[in-house]
Amino acid sequence: MTESTAAAGREAYYHERDLPKFGEIAEGAPELARKFFDWYTAVFAEGALDAREKSLIALAVAHAVQCPYCIDAYSQDALAKGSNIDQMTEAVHVAAAIRGGASLVHGVQMRNHVHAHGM
Amino acid sequence: MGRVLPTLHKREAGLASAVAQRARLAEVPLARTFEESLATSGLFPLRPTRLEILQVNVGRRCNQTCKHCHVDAGPDRSEVMPRAVLEAVLAFLAQHRIPRFDITGGAPELHPDFREMVVRAARGGAHVMHRCNLTAILLPNYADIPALLAEHRVEVIASLPYFQARETDAQRGEGVFEESIEGIRRLNALGYGRGTGLELNLVANPVGTFLPGSQAGLEAMWKRELKRRFDLDFDHLFTITNMPISRYLEFLDERGRTVDYMTRLVNAYNPAAAAGVMCRNTLSVGYDGRLFDCDFNQMLDLGLDAAVPQWIFDATPERLAERAIVVGPHCYGCTAGAGSSCGGAVA
Ligand code: SF4
Ligand code: SF4
Repeated sequence: MTESTAAAGREAYYHERDLPKFGEIAEGAPELARKFFDWYTAVFAEGALDAREKSLIALAVAHAVQCPYCIDAYSQDALAKGSNIDQMTEAVHVAAAIRGGASLVHGVQMRNHVHAHGM
Repeated sequence: MGRVLPTLHKREAGLASAVAQRARLAEVPLARTFEESLATSGLFPLRPTRLEILQVNVGRRCNQTCKHCHVDAGPDRSEVMPRAVLEAVLAFLAQHRIPRFDITGGAPELHPDFREMVVRAARGGAHVMHRCNLTAILLPNYADIPALLAEHRVEVIASLPYFQARETDAQRGEGVFEESIEGIRRLNALGYGRGTGLELNLVANPVGTFLPGSQAGLEAMWKRELKRRFDLDFDHLFTITNMPISRYLEFLDERGRTVDYMTRLVNAYNPAAAAGVMCRNTLSVGYDGRLFDCDFNQMLDLGLDAAVPQWIFDATPERLAERAIVVGPHCYGCTAGAGSSCGGAVA
C-alpha cells in the first residue's frame, strides 16, 4: 500500500469514491461475486413489483441497515426512477417506524420477564 | 429560483463561450475517449445513415432560462434566423424531400416567421415537429399558435421534467409548472394527445445530476399522475439525458460534479445506443445557416467534417453523406444506458 492509499484509508471509513470499487470485491472470490451480482441484478429486475417500488424498498432498507453506500446509490436510483422527495421521505419513515417499532415491541418480552421474575 | 435568470452570455460567465466549454470538457479525465469507445463497437469513424430529419435552430431567444439548457437560451439572447437562411432551409427541405422538419430554439414561437415556416413546411409534405416549452404559447401574442399547429398536424414535443411543481420549477423557473399544465390543457382541448392523431409527446430531463430511468416506466408514471392530478393526456414520454454543455455544465461545475457525471456517462456507454445516435439521420442548421451534426455540436461550435459543405446554401444530402460525424466527450451523453436523442431513448 502506498502512503497516499494508506492515508486515504485513514481519513474516513466511508468514502463516496469507494462505491464504484464495489465490483473489485470479485478479486478475492470471483465465483461468489459472480453469483452475488447475478442474483442482485435479478432481484432488481421488473417483476411482480416494478423497478421503482423495488428501488424505494432498497432505499428504506438502506436506512434501516444504515449503509451510506446504499443510501447514496438508492437516493439517486429512486430519483432516476421517478420518485420524489415526499415519497422517498415516507419510505425512510417506514424504515424508521419498523426499527422503532421493533425495539418497542420487544418491550413485551421485557414485560414477560418482569412478570416472571417479579411478584 | 426566480422566473428568469441572466444567461451565461449576459453574465459573461466563464463557460459562456463554446471554446471554454470544450476546454472544460477536455480537462475531465476519462477512462476512454469517445472515439475509442466507438472503435470498440466498430463504429469509428461514425457515419451518417440516411438524412431523415432536418432540425433547425431558429434562434436563442426564450421566455425561460432553464438551468439545464444546453443552448443558454433566454430573453436576453438576440440571435434569430434571418429571412435568407429561412428561405434556404425551406428550399433544402422541399428540394431534397426530407421527411421530417424539426423546429427548435430557444422558444421557436418567438421567431417572427415561425407561423409561415410551419405552414410552408407542412404544405410541402414534411412531418413538422415543434419543440415547445409550453409557456410561450400562453403569451398574448402567441396564443393563436396551438390552433395553427393543430391545423397543420404538427407534432408537439413539449418539456415537462416532472408532474409536480417543486421539481419542474427547480429546473425551469418559478411558476413554470403551473403554466405548463395550462399549456398542456390548451393542447388537449384541441385534440392533442387524445387519440385524434395530433401527437403530443413530453420530454423529461432529469432534475439533478442523475441519469434518466427507464423511459417506459417513467412514461407510465407520468401518464397516471397527469391524468389523476389534472385530467391531462399525452402520447409518449421521451427521456433525455442532460448534456454536459453550457448551463448544465456550469451547474455540474458549481456542484463539483462534472468529473463524477462524465465518469458515469462513460461507464454507462452502450454500443446499441451508439449505433442509434440521432446525428446519423439528422442534420442540424444554426440560425445563421451553418450546418452541424446535431444541436449539441452546434452549441459547442463544432462544425461539420471539413471535407463537406458547411452551409445550408451550398449543401446537398449526397455531399453530406460523405462526412464523418464530429464527436467529442459530450457525445457520451447520447450513448449512456438506453441512450438519448431528441426522440428520447434509442436502445
Ligand atoms: S431548455 Fe428550452 S425552454 Fe428552457 S431555456 Fe432552454 S430553450 Fe428555453
Ligand atoms: S452529441 Fe451529437 S454528434 Fe455526439 S453522438 Fe450525440 S448527436 Fe451525435
